Parts: sequence; C-alpha cells; structure tokens
Amino acid sequence: MTSAPGLPATSAESDRSILADNLREFRENSLAVAAAGVVAVFALLAAFAPWIAPHDPYETDLFRRLLPPAWEQGGDWAFLLGCDALGRDVLSRLIFGSRVSIAVGLAVILIATTIGTLAGLAAGYLRGIPDAIISRLCDILLGFPYLIFAIGLIAMTGPGFQNIILALAYKEWVLPCRVVRGETLAAREMEYIEAARALGASRLHVMLREILPNILSPVIVVATFRMAHIIIVEASLSFLGIGIQPPVASWGSMVSDGREFLLDAWWVSTFPGVAILLLVLAINVASQGLRDAFDPRLQR
Amino acid sequence: MQLRTLIERILQLIPVLLGISIIVFAMITLTPGDPVEIMLGDQISTPEQEAALRRDMGLDLPVHERFFRFLSNALVGDFGNSFFHRRPVSDLILERLPATIELTLVAMLIAIGTAVPLGVVAAVKKGTLIDRIATVASIFGVSLPGFWFGLLLIMLFAVHWHILPVAGRIGYDFEVPKVTYLLLIDTILAGRLDSFLDALGHLILPAVTLGLPMGAILMRVTRTSMLEVLDQDYIAFAAAKGLGRMRILIRHALTNALIPTVTVAALETGSLLGGNMIVETIFGWPGLGRLVVEAIFSRNYPIIQTAVLLYAVTYVLLNFAADIVYTLLNPRVKL
Repeated sequence: MTSAPGLPATSAESDRSILADNLREFRENSLAVAAAGVVAVFALLAAFAPWIAPHDPYETDLFRRLLPPAWEQGGDWAFLLGCDALGRDVLSRLIFGSRVSIAVGLAVILIATTIGTLAGLAAGYLRGIPDAIISRLCDILLGFPYLIFAIGLIAMTGPGFQNIILALAYKEWVLPCRVVRGETLAAREMEYIEAARALGASRLHVMLREILPNILSPVIVVATFRMAHIIIVEASLSFLGIGIQPPVASWGSMVSDGREFLLDAWWVSTFPGVAILLLVLAINVASQGLRDAFDPRLQR
Repeated sequence: MQLRTLIERILQLIPVLLGISIIVFAMITLTPGDPVEIMLGDQISTPEQEAALRRDMGLDLPVHERFFRFLSNALVGDFGNSFFHRRPVSDLILERLPATIELTLVAMLIAIGTAVPLGVVAAVKKGTLIDRIATVASIFGVSLPGFWFGLLLIMLFAVHWHILPVAGRIGYDFEVPKVTYLLLIDTILAGRLDSFLDALGHLILPAVTLGLPMGAILMRVTRTSMLEVLDQDYIAFAAAKGLGRMRILIRHALTNALIPTVTVAALETGSLLGGNMIVETIFGWPGLGRLVVEAIFSRNYPIIQTAVLLYAVTYVLLNFAADIVYTLLNPRVKL
C-alpha cells in the first residue's frame, strides 16, 4: 500500500497499487492459481463448445443407447464417456452443458452485483429514507430460503433460461448490497470523502468515482463465492425439472436423465455430477484464495 | 436480556413477516391463468357455477380486500383448498410435515455431530495432517451438489451393496401406531426394535445427503471460532491454574466457541429446508418438499404458495430464536 493506513487518499494511483498488491498475493497461492486455471478451462470449453465437442450433443441414435465409456467392455473410443438413453454422446453434452452453468452463473452474478452495488452505495451513502427502504427490502428477501424463493417464482413464470436468471437475481442482489452498504458506511466517514465533498463533488461522483473503486475487493470476493452457489442452485432446479428444459443439455438435467439407469448405466449421471463438483470446487478454492489475498487483516 | 429489547426485537419481526406475506400474495395474484379454470379442469360447468366458485374463493373482491382476507385466513391457518385433492391445503401440509421435521432434525444432528468434534480437533491440531484433511473435506462438502451426492449414495449403498433401502420412510410390513408421527420415536414407544431399525435404515441416506454439506460449513465455523477462543488469555490462565486439558477444551473453550456455530446452524436451516425438496424427491421421502415438487408439476398453486410462506416464516422465526440464544449464551452481545 502506498498511502498511509486508513487513508487511501486520491483514488486512482493508490487503488491500482492495492489491486496490484492483492493480485500479487493471489499469484503466490499456487493452489488458488491452479483452481483459477481449472475455471478458465471450463470457460474455454463453454466458449468454444461447438468446435471442441466431438459430436452433436442433440444427435440421437438408439443403436448407441446406453453405450458404456470407451474403457468399459463394449465401449467405443469415438464416444469417450459413453452415451445416454437416447444414444446422445455424454462428453459432447457435458461440454455444451458447461455453457448453461457458466452463462447462468455469470448472468445472475453480473445482474445481482450491479444492482446490489448500486443499491448498497445509495443506502450506505445517502442514509435516511433510501437506506430504510433498501434495508427493509433486504431483510424481507433474506427471509426466504433461496431455493424455495426461486421455486415459488419459477412456478409462476414457468421454467426457461431467462426466467431462471431472473428468479435467482431477484434475491441474489441482497448479498452484495449488504456488503457494499457496510463498506460504504465505513468509507463515507473517511477524510478523502470529506475532501471530495469539500471540493464540490456531486453525490453521484462521490459514490461512483470515490467510494466504489475503494470497496471493489470485497465485492469481487462475494461475487466469486456466490457464483459457485448459483451454479449449484441452477443445476438443482434443472435436476428437479423446473430449470433448463430438454433437449438443452444442462448438467443438472443430465444427472436427472441418468437416475433411472443407476444400475445399468452409472456413467450417464456420474460424469455430469463430477463436472459440477469440479467447477464449483475450483471456483470455491479460487475465491478463497482471492479472499485471503484481499483481506487486509491477512496482509503484512 | 432486558424485556424491553426482547419486545423491540419481536416488533421488528412484524414488518419482515408482513413483507413476506405481501410477496407471497403477489406471487398468488400475478400467477398467470385463471384459478377457477385450473380448479375446474375438464369438468363441464355453467357460468353461474363458475361465478359462484369465484365468489367463494373471493376472486371478485378488489386486490387490497383479497390481501386482507388472505392475511386473516393465513393467521388462523386457513390456506384454502388444494386444486386437485379437494382438501384444505393445511391438512395436506400437516400430513406431510412430520416426515420433513424428522428428516431435518436427524440431518441437523448428523451435521452438528460431525462438525463440532472435527472442528475442535482441526483447531487443536492446527496445521497438522488432520487439520488439512478436515479443511479439504469441508471445502468438498460445500461444493458437493446435494442431488448428485444423494444419487451416488443410492448407487453405492442401495443398488450396488444392497445394504440400505432405496426409497420410502418405512417398509410396508412395519406399520406402527402413530403417536408423535415421528417414526423413530413412535417405533420406540411401540417397543418394536425391528421397525425402529427399518425406519432408521430408510432415514440414514437422505439424512446424510442433507446433513453432511451443512456439517462441512459448521465445521469451518467451529474450527475458526475455536482457534480464536484458544488464543484468549483466559484459556492460558486456566492452563496456568493447572486445569486438565480436556476440561479446558470442553468447559472453557468449546462453550464459547459454539456461539457462532449455533448462529450459523440456524442460518443454514434455510438451505436445509430448500435441500429437503431435492432430497425428498430423490429418496421418495413422503414429506413437504416432495409435496411441493409434485405441486409444481400439477400447477397446484395453493400448495406451492402456502409452502413458500410456511418455509419463509419458519426461517425468520428460527433466525430470531438464534439471535435470542446467541444473546443468552453471550451476555456481551446486545440485541
């Protein structure tokens, strides 16, 4: 940190160095970097799925029904992880399924973090009536268990990609909002904010240009942690049959497809489950690394 | 705790509960489709009959009157009739509730029973192999998708090894008189060991599926708070007095370290309640969660909405109870 403790002073120069310091800390944590690498691999798979997947994920062929993985007896190396009950290639569906998980996770987190950050800034900086309204709304939404709230909404709006993102984002923004509100309450008392106000900066300028850059670290940490959770919730909804609808390949519905064949075809539901576990685990480990690097109490 | 702060805290619950009921009412009102049409289904009816049904259900009233009617009915436990069962929603829910309560309680016991000892050991043996294994296990537990974990357990214990049953709550040959409606207790009351073991066998896989991920979270909390407490002066003082190590760990450290664990346990019941729907679906457990999932597919809105309201109110009240327990355990905290 270049500035004196508790005095991040005029923003740009110092927060670049805080972020640079944080990222250097993060890079020293080899486990977290490896986990981030795994996340990156999944992201690449999702982005380039049509070029990477060996087969069309929707192409059915009943001659390949429940074809075992290549290394099992009767397997075929052209279909590495075997086929499902409709003869669709499990590996290709797995690669395409990563698109759903990552797209829903990213979309929900982007929407929720943007709304939550703006609401938290308004509540923490303006106080008074905006704070009362936003805080009460947070209390009420926190009263609903996550999955139940989403199910209540989806029962109303019907399943589908867009509805899932909205149903999850409606409640998700509360968490970044609470974090940002707390950070803003602390930041607004600092001298550099008072200085900006004395110079005649508008409230909007103070909130977005002075406070926001200085409280970004906890926001990023919360966003990454929550993304892991969102991916599990989406997969759970799709598993229950009220999330992403067939024939679109999503990991949750793939696990569900394999439920009836646990005895004869373990691979149909096992591989998508492993994929969810791997991605969520990697995000969790990486975000823990981020938190350790960003938490000022753990720094020098 | 002072009576006044307790009353203030109870009063603070009112806007939250009111807000929750407004949101649930909005879900009811904004749900597309005419409830009367859904309820009548394929039955042939005259416009007069439809109008009478509409009047009965209060659908002809203005929105605010409908909300007050919904609220006053909800307060006395009247949530209307299920669309298809032709029975009060409250009856259907009460029928299913004991199974869910039993599953949740046992899951919670499993969570706390694994989390607290492991958390304490991990903290006491900080930095050792045991600590590292516990940490890795906990991050795995948090990342495990519950529905897949449940299927994995079924695949191993029921399908592959045939040790435990796949689904249901108790075998057909083991009916016992219902007293508490919690089968583990009822079978003991009836003095039927065989039935008790059968019910326990049915309960174990779903309870582990539900409880272990929560245990993973609680373990991390217990470990962290135990580490903080062990660092305190009064622990060093107790050791200097020559007290036994176990006594210090349990009487002096653990009682204080458990405070955050209790709070997080209450907060996590929210995810247990949500997880119930998935676990009950996988294991064919005849509880509230499965009723809700079935209701979604039959578009039986009154059941879904009542369950959402019930879950939310339970969750808020549990958090309130956790706050109170937290204050009682830790006199330094003021509500």
